[in-house]
Amino acid sequence: MAYELTESFRIAFEQLRVHKLRSVLTALGVIIGIVAVTLMGTAIRGIDIGFENSMAMLGNDILYVQKWPWFNVEDWWNYSNRPAVLTRLSEPLNRIIASTPNSELEVAVPIAGMSMTVKAGGNQLGGVQVGGTSADFGRIMVADFETGRLFTAAEADAGRAVCVLGYDVAHNLFPGRSALDQTVQLQGGHNFTVIGILARQGDFLGLISFDNQALIPLRAYNKFYGWRRGGELQVKVKDKTRMPQAIDELTGDMRRVRGQLPGERDNFSINQQDAFREELAPIRRGIALGGLFVTGLALFVGAIGIMNITFVSVKERTKEIGTRKALGARRRTILLQFLIEAVSICLVGGAIGLVLTFGVCLAVGRMMPSLPFQLSPGLVLIGLAVSVFTGVFAGFAPALGASRLDPVEALRYE
Amino acid sequence: MSAVAPAGPRPVRPVGDLVIAIEGVTKLYRMGTETIHALRGVSLEIHRNEYLAVMGPSGSGKSTLMNMLGCLDTPTAGRYEFTGKNVAAMSDDELAEIRNREIGFVFQTFNLLPRADALRNVELPLVYGGVRPEERRERARQALENVGLGDRVHHRPNELSGGQRQRVAIARALVNRPAIILADEPTGNLDSQTGVEIMALFEELYAQGNTLIVVTHEEDIARHARRIVRLRDGLIESDRTA
Repeated sequence: MAYELTESFRIAFEQLRVHKLRSVLTALGVIIGIVAVTLMGTAIRGIDIGFENSMAMLGNDILYVQKWPWFNVEDWWNYSNRPAVLTRLSEPLNRIIASTPNSELEVAVPIAGMSMTVKAGGNQLGGVQVGGTSADFGRIMVADFETGRLFTAAEADAGRAVCVLGYDVAHNLFPGRSALDQTVQLQGGHNFTVIGILARQGDFLGLISFDNQALIPLRAYNKFYGWRRGGELQVKVKDKTRMPQAIDELTGDMRRVRGQLPGERDNFSINQQDAFREELAPIRRGIALGGLFVTGLALFVGAIGIMNITFVSVKERTKEIGTRKALGARRRTILLQFLIEAVSICLVGGAIGLVLTFGVCLAVGRMMPSLPFQLSPGLVLIGLAVSVFTGVFAGFAPALGASRLDPVEALRYE
Repeated sequence: MSAVAPAGPRPVRPVGDLVIAIEGVTKLYRMGTETIHALRGVSLEIHRNEYLAVMGPSGSGKSTLMNMLGCLDTPTAGRYEFTGKNVAAMSDDELAEIRNREIGFVFQTFNLLPRADALRNVELPLVYGGVRPEERRERARQALENVGLGDRVHHRPNELSGGQRQRVAIARALVNRPAIILADEPTGNLDSQTGVEIMALFEELYAQGNTLIVVTHEEDIARHARRIVRLRDGLIESDRTA
């Protein structure tokens, strides 16, 4: 049996060698199919990894109290009439949290922000997201400091003109030198001393750069840029496995702070990163379905092609089959021979497809370094397994036909 | 045992064990609505170390009988025992095993694998017989040397002459030490000089103790055999020992 197998592989590779062009053309469908399935897998994996990285920036134990919900805004007029979430709400909210026994919530941190131009020396940078916040921000922040520190509660309460810069802001305004202890000028000509620089965080879903921000004490922010437009409250939860309870508690607390009557609709939204997850699911499903459709179609067409070429191969070698049977080849030997031949073509196609996918991944990685687009070993295995399956599927009918040939007829065939 | 057949009067050999026993064998083919009686009741016994020629015009049932003897086909009715085993009741795979171990085929068109060298062609029955690779190579090389092709083992069929190709095929038929060698018009595709050489090789194999069955329509070829069976219309017309 083992020798028959090695013989079959030998014949298969001989056939591939002799019919190079024919084999590759036949394998085209499989090549496309494998490229489709592995690219799809890689894309989904890339999205997942990128998504998780972005979610990590949000923090998975943070609830966002905002005027607008992140998704599913249908009757927007109801939302636009809501009052702004004023940052000063954090004080009563924190008092309630502190006085609630066994509270699910840890702390509420106020953040107000706007986009503005920042200057330093001769350089200036537009579109920087400047946020005013309290010293409590240190308890919820996900990013690390490259150097320096966050302002202290004393600095924040005094509204001191100190700031923390995001990675890109610091390095673009002070190319080649440290921004620490330097002075930057925010919109309106207000000077701030840099006391900390954040480590690189990357893009959020490829949309917003978290490295393009700056933090100043909320009191300074309110003084220079006003407090009426409001902002948001970021509330840290004690136990992230008890999110629903935390949301219930926070909703109640917010209604109390806002003085809402029973039966009145919430005039604020509590957002969390799960909302993104829910938004992502249909996108992933869409990619998976599209990929599977293309893969299935390509593999089906490819399988038909391989079935056809295997039928041709059986026909061409009818006399050889007769000879082999006369020399003692059993049915299963002939069956295996042609099955292995079909599988070999598919494996070659699969290998070519994987090389192509690998090339595409390299190219995408070079063009968009922030995208985690990498071919995983698991996908390579899946690609090869799909190739083998296609080969068996395509080769079975012709191989069975070959194995059942009457040796007398086969020998007589010219 | 001498490698070359002695010239002059041939020694009378004691007839060996029974290899093939056929009794009342018939074979019907259905061609559309017509039924063709290829064999109409043939009985034949062949013993070890016989040299037999099967003759007959086309349509005599000669090919059908050969396929039957070679276990490529089973009879419609009648008894066929090969070294005591009932062939008529065998499955395809059992027949394949008999062909592999007990029968060496020599075809008119040689039927070598074009892309395999002489050694691999000769090895093939051993591959199907499950012989280890090293032993396989050694036995194939030996068989090629026995037919005088020890220096051609790595030549492919298209690098060999017709006579050499038929020698490769004969080496392949011999390599598994079969009970019978079944040759179908072995000189049909060769010029007469080469044909004579091949028949001399058969003579040698016979002298070595092999059992030979040659199917032919040429009297010259049949004359080499010790026993000639003539078929006509699916029946044995004559069965003479020289």
